[in-house]
Amino acid sequence: MFTDEVTGVMRAPDAAGRFGRFGGRYLPEALVPAAEAVEVAFREAWADTAFTAEYRRLLATYVGRPTPLTECVRLSERLGVRVLLKREDLAHTGSHKINNVLGQALLARRMGKRKLIAETGAGQHGVATATAAALLGLACTVYMGHTDVRRQAVNVFRMELLGAEVVPVTSANGVGTLKEATNGALRAWVNETEHAHYCIGSTMGPHPYPWMVREFQRVIGDEARAQCAEVPDVVVACVGGGSNAAGTFAGFVDTPARLVGVEAAGGAAVDKGKLGVLHGFMSHFLQDEDSQVLEAHSISAGLDYPGVGPEHVHLAETGRVRYTSVTDEQALRALKLLTRTEGILPALESAHALAWVVDAAATGELAAGSTVLVTLSGRGDKDIQQIREHLG
Amino acid sequence: MSVGLGLRADGRRLLIPYVMAGVVPDWLDLVRGVVEAGADAVEIGLPFSDPMLDGPTVQRASALSAGRGGRPGPLLDELAGLDLDVPLVVMTYANVAMTLAPERGVGGFVDHLAAVGVRGVIVPDLPLEESAEYRARAAEAGVDAVLLVAPACGDDRCREIARASSGFVYCMSSMQITGERADLAQTARETARRVKGMTELPVVTGFGISTVQHAVEACADADGIVIASVLMRMLVDGAPVAQVVEEVATFRRALSSVQHSPVGG
Ligand SMILES: Cc1ncc(COP(=O)(O)O)c(C=O)c1O
Repeated sequence: MFTDEVTGVMRAPDAAGRFGRFGGRYLPEALVPAAEAVEVAFREAWADTAFTAEYRRLLATYVGRPTPLTECVRLSERLGVRVLLKREDLAHTGSHKINNVLGQALLARRMGKRKLIAETGAGQHGVATATAAALLGLACTVYMGHTDVRRQAVNVFRMELLGAEVVPVTSANGVGTLKEATNGALRAWVNETEHAHYCIGSTMGPHPYPWMVREFQRVIGDEARAQCAEVPDVVVACVGGGSNAAGTFAGFVDTPARLVGVEAAGGAAVDKGKLGVLHGFMSHFLQDEDSQVLEAHSISAGLDYPGVGPEHVHLAETGRVRYTSVTDEQALRALKLLTRTEGILPALESAHALAWVVDAAATGELAAGSTVLVTLSGRGDKDIQQIREHLG
Repeated sequence: MSVGLGLRADGRRLLIPYVMAGVVPDWLDLVRGVVEAGADAVEIGLPFSDPMLDGPTVQRASALSAGRGGRPGPLLDELAGLDLDVPLVVMTYANVAMTLAPERGVGGFVDHLAAVGVRGVIVPDLPLEESAEYRARAAEAGVDAVLLVAPACGDDRCREIARASSGFVYCMSSMQITGERADLAQTARETARRVKGMTELPVVTGFGISTVQHAVEACADADGIVIASVLMRMLVDGAPVAQVVEEVATFRRALSSVQHSPVGG
């Protein structure tokens, strides 16, 4: 039922690092050799069974993989559709981010780098990177927008406890969130390419990052596919930069399952963004008529990014994945519902994916009795403060 | 028509001050002033929300411009009235170059540059592999696409960049973003020397040229220099345009001594 073009959409990008028109490597010359070195190292490592065995060993013994598939009996009854959750919230450090970070940390060590650089919004990717650095004995510096440093004081402390240095990024005209954290990390990478590896947290950035991060997250989809007795009718994941969704979809792209990516309404780059270039890649970005990139706005810091990974825009163009968005309020309602019916407090990011399911079940877009797999990308503990402010 | 920044052979060292468009209300006076003070070309920055390669000073200059309502398109149009006898070279990021004329992409952008009399363009995040269309369109528009070389680039890559560049070749002095520094990086002279052996185009060193001494030292190998953060810092700290022009004149005097020096030749 699928054409070659469609089944081919989640293979490696072309030689220029493109998925269709999107992706590429838009970097200053100072970073081109560094990105090329990452690409070469990743290609070699991913084909090296010693590397993949070490990676899988850490996933099993350190992350706690495979993460379970949970059947939500009470929620399913409520919604009239069968809901299965892929439980990335049960992974070490509380989200899927650790899958990618361990892969990149091993790669950094293999490349002889002594230090990891990372950007973080709420702190989930920063905590994961600080954790992997501690595990492998690497130094770690995490760039974080100055507003997020203030808002996420506990996560800052957590990273520092793990031995990482957290650098607040202040830019003269910015609001101090993830976009600026990424600018800060990229500038640091320019200055430190020799000894530092830039550990990007999602399927974004210059080639080979969108592809490499998807490959490190593919474990989510591959496991889930093996855990489902039958292919679900619909597979849903939230999309910030798009790493948990890309990893999930990779396991189902060649099945008849409908794939749905859910963005935050205030950061819906696939639909509302325009073609542009930021942070080293071509994709859709929220921007004004004067080519200035806008800030995204979402209650969920992990979805607060004005762009989206290049492969997702390509998947949208080919029609293989449908992208949609939900509001903060919808996400909060879904969060409360899951917590009350199943005793699982999801991350605000993951609550977006769930919110689409709740609404689609109500409107009939999800036929009664159909099976829906939702990737629960993380646990809500990190968001307690935010949730309390809105629901408390 | 080329930027034609003087012939390498005549030994005159090229001085290229950077001015962020719209950084102060009288920024056009600054552009005229630096030309009178002896600039061989002026690099014009266009404000962008996410300047990947810029340190705090140029970021502040960009934010000052944006905060005063400075937008790339209208700022470019302000250049049209300037009648200068040295070339203007615009520097901005790929997103601006590709989306400012939404329907016509980089082609529309370089046409806009040509229409307002800009003779060269630098887009530092369009590296060699991503620059083919940009270079072709710039050539059609009669605008020189200046490419950058970094110290980390291997010889083969440097040679290819030098071959693809037009107007001049821009050497990053070190593996650092823009900003003032205490010393000229070791890599500055090495990189310029390496690239000079690969091209007939002038080789201009920029990034971190913070003092007259740095400029003179860099020009022992390079054909010229770009100075940016030192000038922008004066402006964002409130110095009047005349004082910045005087600073440029000081650089000019110092570089004029290099052209006669034996190492300079
Ligand atoms: C729990 C959780 N889910 C999702 C995301 C969004 O990232 P991505 O779109 O790469 O999966 C984040 C990012 O911080 C996160 O922490």
